[in-house]
Amino acid sequence: MLSPILLIPAVLNGLLTGAVYALVALGLTLIYGVLHIINFAHGALLTAAMFAAFFAHKLLGLDPYLAAVGLTPLFFCVGYLLQRFVIGPAAHGEDRNILLVTLGLAVVIENALLYAFRADTRTINLSYGFNVVEVGPAFLSVPRVIGFGVVIVVALALWLLMRFTDTGKAIRAVAKEKLGAELSGIDVAHIYAVTFGLGTACLAIAACLLLPTYYVNPHAGNAFVLIAFTIVVLGGMGSVAGALLGGLIIGVVESLSGLYLGESLGQVGIFVIFILVLLFRPSGLFGERA
Amino acid sequence: MKSYGGIALIVALLACVPLLTASNVVLNFMVVALLIALVGQGWNILGGYGGQYSFGHAAFFGTGAYVTAILQVRYGVNAWLGLVIGIAAGALVGAVTGALSFRSGLRGSYFALVTLAFAEVLRIVASVAPITGAGVGTLVKLDLRWEAFQFQSRAPFYWIILAFVAVSLLIVKLIEGSRFGAYLVAVRENEDAAKAAGIDVVRVKLTAMILSAAITAAGGCFYAQYFLFLDAGIAYGPWISVEALLAPIIGGIGTIYGPLLGALVVKTLGEITKLMTGHAPGLDLVIYGAVLILVVAYAPRGIAGLLRRRP
Repeated sequence: MLSPILLIPAVLNGLLTGAVYALVALGLTLIYGVLHIINFAHGALLTAAMFAAFFAHKLLGLDPYLAAVGLTPLFFCVGYLLQRFVIGPAAHGEDRNILLVTLGLAVVIENALLYAFRADTRTINLSYGFNVVEVGPAFLSVPRVIGFGVVIVVALALWLLMRFTDTGKAIRAVAKEKLGAELSGIDVAHIYAVTFGLGTACLAIAACLLLPTYYVNPHAGNAFVLIAFTIVVLGGMGSVAGALLGGLIIGVVESLSGLYLGESLGQVGIFVIFILVLLFRPSGLFGERA
Repeated sequence: MKSYGGIALIVALLACVPLLTASNVVLNFMVVALLIALVGQGWNILGGYGGQYSFGHAAFFGTGAYVTAILQVRYGVNAWLGLVIGIAAGALVGAVTGALSFRSGLRGSYFALVTLAFAEVLRIVASVAPITGAGVGTLVKLDLRWEAFQFQSRAPFYWIILAFVAVSLLIVKLIEGSRFGAYLVAVRENEDAAKAAGIDVVRVKLTAMILSAAITAAGGCFYAQYFLFLDAGIAYGPWISVEALLAPIIGGIGTIYGPLLGALVVKTLGEITKLMTGHAPGLDLVIYGAVLILVVAYAPRGIAGLLRRRP
């Protein structure tokens, strides 16, 4: 049962998957930490980014890693505009309304993709898509190892941005004390939109990292977003370190429960963790009590 | 329409529809619209009056549907008895999930998240468990006798779902006039103040959730008998969770006729979209989502709020 020959590859693969989960969760937790809303459109936006990366490859012949350079700023703008001109004004500042608006956005985006591209599942073929690298007893997929590295870099860059730039300081100020930030001259609506844009930009990167080894269809993002919710809740809403660690933990849990329970029940394992954490420790491992 | 007379009038008018037309298209449209009105009324009790937005009413709908279908197919239980047990099972799921969530103090986004997660767990389990037919789905055997809750024509189905809707309207009317209803609205408006005023908040929310779940489960039971086929994506899929909240929000959240009005509007919009574009998958839902955003932005009290300006 617990043979290391099986266990070590499962754990390593879980860590690699978990890194991408962590990136998706990072976007979600950033938005939650500042705007105090749960973005139910996160999954649909991830799907949209995956389609964008897919067509960048199909039509322009761009490698997904190269496409990320263009898609990341593009999705930053998409996120910025959505928050500034749709979610913000429509919600009238009420939490219940924000829930509904982001849910409405999710329904619109997901089904617009379904209408445009049908339910077909698409994949891309890359010369290096199936390359593996041998680490001890495990064979790891090269694109996923690259993904792991990129996630670490992105997390570090985000941390530097939050720590040392004026925008980062403003974001932290708004997250801590919205009214005080507004009084000291920070444009709160702008900072909200920037934060939402950063969260969405994380999705564009995640999409480009996923595409070499994953498929895309109009519901592809949903698989990730519920996992991302779990991670965010587990790591503590709004906690960046929590999202990273939570992502890695969930990746390993999924991999191990997949190994012992089978693919589809492995997913149930994640939801059970999710519900248990929500019920018994809604502040998560790193979060402050809500 | 302040009294029970309003309900009687609306139900009586709707009851005439099958006498005016025998068109299967019209009746089918009305049956589906009333089904959504029923499920939406279930959501409305908890979300509209109680302010607890559930994103996972599929959990109750699917439980009602599966229990009715499985009892008939695997255990030979009579369909009407199956209906009663199905409603009870849905209420039980509501009681368990509600007790867990409310006792842990989950509110707002957290409550929406946990209900979504419960529905997803049930969907995944139903898609692999042998008793639900897993990937193949469950087919209720064709048996067109009223004893088996199946009918030759659509009219009896129509009257039955209309009766369900009538009962749900009566329940909401009773709630509106009761002490419990006042507590529920107090919890929606300010939970902490309600608690401070001595209201047992958890108990009020739990009661609302059980009622809400039972009504939604009744919709699921009806679905199983009307369409005679279920799989995990139909019974526990996100579509029903979305339609359940769409109808009351568009029609008028926290109002007695909101879900009925909203369901008719939503389904009409859906049909118009289908007529104009053919059966393009997804486009009707794009419209639903856009309407949801527009209603939240410009008409937070829904169509009912637009019709009757409130202070």
